[in-house]
Amino acid sequence: MNNLIDLEKKINSELGTKINSSKILHNQIYLEIDKEDLIDVTLFIKTDKDTKFRQLIDITVVDYPEKSERFKIVYLFLSHEYNQRMILSYNISENEVISSLTSIFPSANWMEREVFDMYGVNFKDHPDLRRILTDYGFEGHPLRKDFPLTGHTEVRYNEDQKKVINEPVKLEQNYRNFDYESPWEGTKYIKDQTNINDKKN
Amino acid sequence: MTKKIKNLNLNFGPQHPAAHGVLRLILELDGEVVEKADPHIGLLHRGTEKLIENKTYMQAVPYFDRLDYVAPMNQEHAFALAIEKILNIDVPIRAQFIRVMFCEIGRILSHILNVTTQALDVGALTPSLWGFEERETLMTFYERASGSRLHANYFRAGGVHQDLPAGLENDIAKFCETFPKIIDDLENLLTDNRIFKQRNVDIGLVTKEDALDYSFSGVMLRGSGIPWDLRKSQPYDCYDQLEFRIPVGKNGDCYDRYLCRIEEMKESISIIKQCLSKMEIGPIKTFDGKISPPSKKEIKQSMEALIHHFKLFTEGYRVPKDEIYTAVEAPKGEFGVYLISDGSSKPYKCKIRAPGFSHLQSMDYLIKGHMLADVPAVLGSLDIVFGEVDR
Repeated sequence: MNNLIDLEKKINSELGTKINSSKILHNQIYLEIDKEDLIDVTLFIKTDKDTKFRQLIDITVVDYPEKSERFKIVYLFLSHEYNQRMILSYNISENEVISSLTSIFPSANWMEREVFDMYGVNFKDHPDLRRILTDYGFEGHPLRKDFPLTGHTEVRYNEDQKKVINEPVKLEQNYRNFDYESPWEGTKYIKDQTNINDKKN
Repeated sequence: MTKKIKNLNLNFGPQHPAAHGVLRLILELDGEVVEKADPHIGLLHRGTEKLIENKTYMQAVPYFDRLDYVAPMNQEHAFALAIEKILNIDVPIRAQFIRVMFCEIGRILSHILNVTTQALDVGALTPSLWGFEERETLMTFYERASGSRLHANYFRAGGVHQDLPAGLENDIAKFCETFPKIIDDLENLLTDNRIFKQRNVDIGLVTKEDALDYSFSGVMLRGSGIPWDLRKSQPYDCYDQLEFRIPVGKNGDCYDRYLCRIEEMKESISIIKQCLSKMEIGPIKTFDGKISPPSKKEIKQSMEALIHHFKLFTEGYRVPKDEIYTAVEAPKGEFGVYLISDGSSKPYKCKIRAPGFSHLQSMDYLIKGHMLADVPAVLGSLDIVFGEVDR
């Protein structure tokens, strides 16, 4: 459907209980569903004649380490026929396994591999779940918020061993994250310092 | 008597001139026929998305130049548009024309590189020599506007960094007069060339259905006959004020994609000409002092401007809590930015959707059953740049 509001109504009436919430923002539909309904919802929006979201644009994850359901899995769809975009999302906690979309969209293959590589989210029924962007033998999941920006290891060629080795990262100066947010109260490290001084006194 | 024959595994790259960068392609060969292709990517992974999460919005712009480094400004455009939509700010009309003009220059830059290196991969040397001379001229335009040939860092949320220097518009107009001749020359060398056609026609066929299923975009989609271009279907900036056509292929093979790119370059020239004629003197960035930095002169005279300048270059501007996906039609396809802001001056999450990632993924599907010699031809027509694939 060309009209976004009609489209939202249509999806809500057809899928009813499967949609937790829906909204229209920036000319796109945002849908929130449950983890179990992913395959059903995707199949519907891909094949239904009024939606025809024929293309999976991307899959990604947003990490909220402080929440109990830590990861928000996000799917971006595009309907060429009706010129609409949709953002589908659901939340999972850290060690949950989610279904793979590879049987519906072959392009999901690498996107899910990237999600697995970057966030450590596991997919069931994925044909070939390997790391994709990081190095062979890499450990950790770099895009998680608790992974440090500088990483844990650095790689170099060792002249004695005649091979490339990984070793703990050594920095001349630590990565400094300046806090400019509230100049009047003083930045965080100054506040921490004054707290320590107060305790000493 | 039966003989056991084992398939041969061949490593293509990462140091192979036809791999267009650092691609390691593991090919399983039955004689000369490719049975399976397994691309190993990530050799150029720099953690762009992680770095952007730790930088202010303004500091994040240069990372976009380093994605698809043959058409830097097109990437910046997607990021700038995403921020503008969240902040809900208007871009002055002159800035819109400047941005569109440089995006089209980027498109020509990218298409020249692709068309000529694809020809190089299948054995023609001359086109790349002729084409690169033109790229050099275009990069001088980049340099004169932004100060650098490749990593421009020119687009800002709300406009562009600075106005065009005197005389640049004239020189670009002159280029638009001479360049169609160069395209004709390239076409003379390639379009009807027997060897070029033998190497490209009916190679790497993509059907309409598969093009959609494999998330193709840009020329890969149009080459298969789907008339889809974000500049037309979801116009951004001033594209709705410009007239241009969308070339569409028929067969979905490497040759059609080559033809699409050639035609797109001609359309780009026409867009640049229209931009130049419609461009008027005026502001080139939004006046909102909380978003765009003040001029040097203002800083010397106004205390408020000085404070704005200091706050913008230390803390940066804050972007309200929101979630958005914006896409532009980059030369290689749909380049998108999925941005989540949390009200601070740094993005909470910035996912970059690179067209090359999905294109390269289909390598196995495209090359299965083809000969080994077709691998460079197919790879060339996918238009892969590893800056954006690996991110």
